[in-house]
Amino acid sequence: MPGPQPVEGTKVTSTSADQVTPLLQTSGGEVPDRIFRSAMTLCGLAVLGVLVLIVYELMSGSRLSWHAFGFKFFGGSDWDPVNEHFGALPFIYGTLVSSLVALIIAVPLAVGVAVFTTEMCPKALRGPLSFFVELLAAIPSVIYGLWAIFVLVPLLSGHVQPFLAETLGWTGLFSGPPYGIGMLAAGIILAIMIVPIISAITREVLLVVPQHQREGVLALGATRWEMIRVGVLRNARAGIVGGIILGLGRALGETMAVTMVIGNRPEIAKSLFAPGYTMASVLANEFSEATGDVYLSSLIEIGLALFLVTIIVNALAQLLVWTVTRGQPARGHV
Amino acid sequence: MSEPDVSTSVRRAVPPISWRRRVTDHVMTGVAVLTVVLVLIPLIAIFGYLIYKGVGSLNWAFLTHIPVPEGEVGGGMANAIVGSALILAVASLIGVPFGVGAGIYLAEFGRNRLGSAIRFTADVLNGVPSIVIGIVAYAIVVLSQKHFSALAGGVALAIMMVPTISRTTEEMLLLVPQALREAAYGLGIPRWRTTLSITLRTATSGVITGIMLAFARIAGETAPLLFTALGNEYWSGRLPWNSHWQRQPWTLGLDQPTAALPLQIFKYATSPYDDLHRQAWAGAFVLIILIVTSVAAVRYVVRRGTFGAA
Repeated sequence: MPGPQPVEGTKVTSTSADQVTPLLQTSGGEVPDRIFRSAMTLCGLAVLGVLVLIVYELMSGSRLSWHAFGFKFFGGSDWDPVNEHFGALPFIYGTLVSSLVALIIAVPLAVGVAVFTTEMCPKALRGPLSFFVELLAAIPSVIYGLWAIFVLVPLLSGHVQPFLAETLGWTGLFSGPPYGIGMLAAGIILAIMIVPIISAITREVLLVVPQHQREGVLALGATRWEMIRVGVLRNARAGIVGGIILGLGRALGETMAVTMVIGNRPEIAKSLFAPGYTMASVLANEFSEATGDVYLSSLIEIGLALFLVTIIVNALAQLLVWTVTRGQPARGHV
Repeated sequence: MSEPDVSTSVRRAVPPISWRRRVTDHVMTGVAVLTVVLVLIPLIAIFGYLIYKGVGSLNWAFLTHIPVPEGEVGGGMANAIVGSALILAVASLIGVPFGVGAGIYLAEFGRNRLGSAIRFTADVLNGVPSIVIGIVAYAIVVLSQKHFSALAGGVALAIMMVPTISRTTEEMLLLVPQALREAAYGLGIPRWRTTLSITLRTATSGVITGIMLAFARIAGETAPLLFTALGNEYWSGRLPWNSHWQRQPWTLGLDQPTAALPLQIFKYATSPYDDLHRQAWAGAFVLIILIVTSVAAVRYVVRRGTFGAA
């Protein structure tokens, strides 16, 4: 607490407040101070209020669908606005699979970049490099989507997918017609989008590892890679996992870029070439056109599920990063 | 003669690094460099395409005309550019005071349970998908007003600004030395005055940095606008020469469905017409210029700033 405190709260001061006039009591400072403090507290409470409001609106909005379908909503796989029968499984599946593909691609890249910038890179390169990577985080989702539609998708359908089908087609994950648009495209564009988040947090965490850890391991005769593996990465494990989970949270809720390339078909297919649909993109596509109360309510319930999952994932990540950096917020941007 | 003695004895004491470990070391360095290259490729590709396609597609009509009927060539995004500016202004007007206020609370009064709760909530809110925020703004504003509006879009974006601004403001205020506050109290300056004129003033550049970063983040947001501002192919009645303005000048057109750059980019990119694709690239170029400018402004402010520019 900075500075002299006006009397408040604790029992000791409230009993002695009558006798002891505060040393620094200034003319008329008391009332405006209280007003100021209340106003600022109100702003702080607004942050809590927003969260409460989000929870309330989502719960009350989804009540209708909850009464109609109950838990079967999350297990059902038909999405039939005409007969008002809704199941969210294809969207949950699409969200999970596209995020998983994104993580598989993004994690090694992001950790590699973070290790390179903190441990290997010449000092002069360090600033520009992290600036460029963070520039990736500043590009809006819709521009990623635009780029993906006109550059990534043709590249996938023309070159990458035929190649994958030929070499790895036997796994069943890479089969079917190479349209370009589909789960794989969504996963790749998500990966590009979450690399800066994961690498920024990993870098923060690596920088917190004390220098003497590195020196100690080097003094034992380790090579640089052994020093990084034993002295740095092992110490920063919890924080790196936190960063990865934070990236996962971002991938789960990412809307525009995914909507533009995933194909938007509520199907569950094993092949990554097949089109899919995610929870966020069904909201983006159908929310403003939803006719009928149950339809709208079902969409809001998907929103509620998405909200709860991302909240849990983010809280978990936050705690993990906090254990390493001690109370600094985990941020994916500059 | 002592120097060579030491070095040879050291050399004898340390066993030579086996070729396997040495190769692993080099390979891993190579892998790390490779990851950097792989990450930079999409970055360069995206910016390259944006500039190549964007500059080629940009023309005067794009900046001054509204969209033409679908399928026809020509027209522009003037209404979307103005609409974006309007929505962002509404968002900033709501989001900045609340965000800075919450930041002041956290830094000056927030060393308690409530403060920790707010801090945690702000960090968690930062991770809530923007589309979910859109649903909430829809439920609060659109349903009660009975129509889509720029106001609803602004509220959605304001909700997204508050957590970021409050956390950076807090960080920046905490960087201001305690002695400055104490000096002010010593002069008999009341607490509120100290906070506003001494602490906040000292940290101004840092606080502005936080605001601009939040602004840059929401400027490109599309998802929360889809069912709040909705989009519009025409001017949404906020200009003096429009008949709507003459009927209800006090609304500023804030109560009308409003076009926004990101919405327009999304719509055009997913449309089947080549000329609309061209305009989507031009819109993306204008949008990225807007964002890069605000980030560059941040860097400028930071470099000029004194305290608080962490």
